[in-house]
Amino acid sequence: MTEWDPKIVAFCCNWCSYAGADLAGVSRMQYPPNARVIRIMCTGRLEPEFILRALELGADGVLVAGCHIGCCHYISGNERAEVKIAMTAELLDVLGMDKRRLRLEWISASEGRIFADTMKDFVNQLKELGPNPVKGGAK
Amino acid sequence: MTKIEKIIEDAGAFDCVECGKCTSLCPVAKINPNFAPRLIVVKAQAGMESEVKADKDIWSCVTCEICNDMCPYEVDFSGFIQRMRGEAVDMGNSPVCSEAGAVHTMQRLTGKGQKQNRLLWLTDDLKVKDNGDVFFFTGCAYQLGVLFKDKAEELKRVPASVVKILNAAGIEPVVSNNEVCCGHDLIWSGNEAVFEELMRKNVETIKATGAKTVVFSCAEGYRTFSIDYQDFLGDLDFEVKHISEYLLDLIKEGKLEFKDSNAKVTYHDSCRLGRHMGVYEQPREILKAMKVELVEMPSIKDKAICCGVNAFASCSEVSRKMQLDRLLEAKGTGTSAMLTFCPKCLIHYNCLLTMEKKPLELDKVEINVRDFSNFIAENLKGGK
Repeated sequence: MTEWDPKIVAFCCNWCSYAGADLAGVSRMQYPPNARVIRIMCTGRLEPEFILRALELGADGVLVAGCHIGCCHYISGNERAEVKIAMTAELLDVLGMDKRRLRLEWISASEGRIFADTMKDFVNQLKELGPNPVKGGAK
Repeated sequence: MTKIEKIIEDAGAFDCVECGKCTSLCPVAKINPNFAPRLIVVKAQAGMESEVKADKDIWSCVTCEICNDMCPYEVDFSGFIQRMRGEAVDMGNSPVCSEAGAVHTMQRLTGKGQKQNRLLWLTDDLKVKDNGDVFFFTGCAYQLGVLFKDKAEELKRVPASVVKILNAAGIEPVVSNNEVCCGHDLIWSGNEAVFEELMRKNVETIKATGAKTVVFSCAEGYRTFSIDYQDFLGDLDFEVKHISEYLLDLIKEGKLEFKDSNAKVTYHDSCRLGRHMGVYEQPREILKAMKVELVEMPSIKDKAICCGVNAFASCSEVSRKMQLDRLLEAKGTGTSAMLTFCPKCLIHYNCLLTMEKKPLELDKVEINVRDFSNFIAENLKGGK
């Protein structure tokens, strides 16, 4: 049996973080390949359901990455995301899942280095936390 | 006999004489003329099963049970809808859930076997036990209070309020961290498999504590245990009681005292507690015992207007209209608060009240939709 490796679902906004991830790639920065990136138009589009669903389906961590505050392509989408993520983290706590499995980062299009570092850091943290306690998949 | 025929027979829908009483009273049909409970039953009887399954109407029903109450042949229309929804989901006819389905996912996640932190609300001044006679089923009020922070944060206080009231009457209830969601929203959105799983977990948890009575503040949990659990499992080993029934007995024994209050409130009969379970008088008698003035709205008890959403699966412009009608009735009473036991009613009414672009009629409406248990706890003698 292969060793357990954390699975991360990364929601990246189209305007900053997706480009940031792209930059990390084209600049050939080395970072762990644990994340599956899903592009969303804005972090404001993110529903708490996306996070809960990812965890229910067996993801070990969820990364949400968007433009820095003040730089949102849609003016205030990321501010809304911040509120929603804080609420979702509180809910995860009640549900018995470590809040550290959910991470919100602001990564601009030029910050490929930060994207790569975030990935390394998040993977290390998830390795410490161990596998998602909710396994068994969705019904 | 096909499964659908069985559902029709169990609901007694073969007795339908097509009188149309249900449709004339249906709050959804009043607003959406294309919806008719009678037609859904007639179509199913005529063997047009595929049509029933593909039809979105099955999700438009708010399961408020006005039709059941008024049917001269006692057809269990809401029971029919509940089980047909299961069939519909199997056929790929799924509901469009509010909040993208976050409520249902949250509820499924409670039963996945991880150690929850369900009792975060439990502070040191509240006395609870691990084993005993009285089990308090907290339900998902706290979780909903977190999820709907902007609309109904007060729900986070409900479990603590109930324990506080019980403590004041000298009762230390049992609460359990192993409790899971009761499954109400799951069975009403056609997910019977997970519902059964959760149900068995809950019954086991309660049995393990040796409880003889289980008390609910939530109207939906109370209905689910009283009707759905017993449909699946037969008689339960414990008695299921709503907090209003339970408290009324304690008040009659003189165990609870209240502050002098000059509050003026109105009471909303939620469908789960009222029409489904027939609890109409107890909440009113509690208010009387509290010496709180109750001003009734025009439609009360079995005629009460529904909050318009069922199991987070049927929010639409129809729901908005129903909520508006109810809130305007509440406004007409001139009171400052509308009390209800159902956390979902509280969320749905507050959803309309806190909308950025709310209907003009609500512009000057200053009514709070409040949770009944919280209201009682605030008015306890010696309490804050």
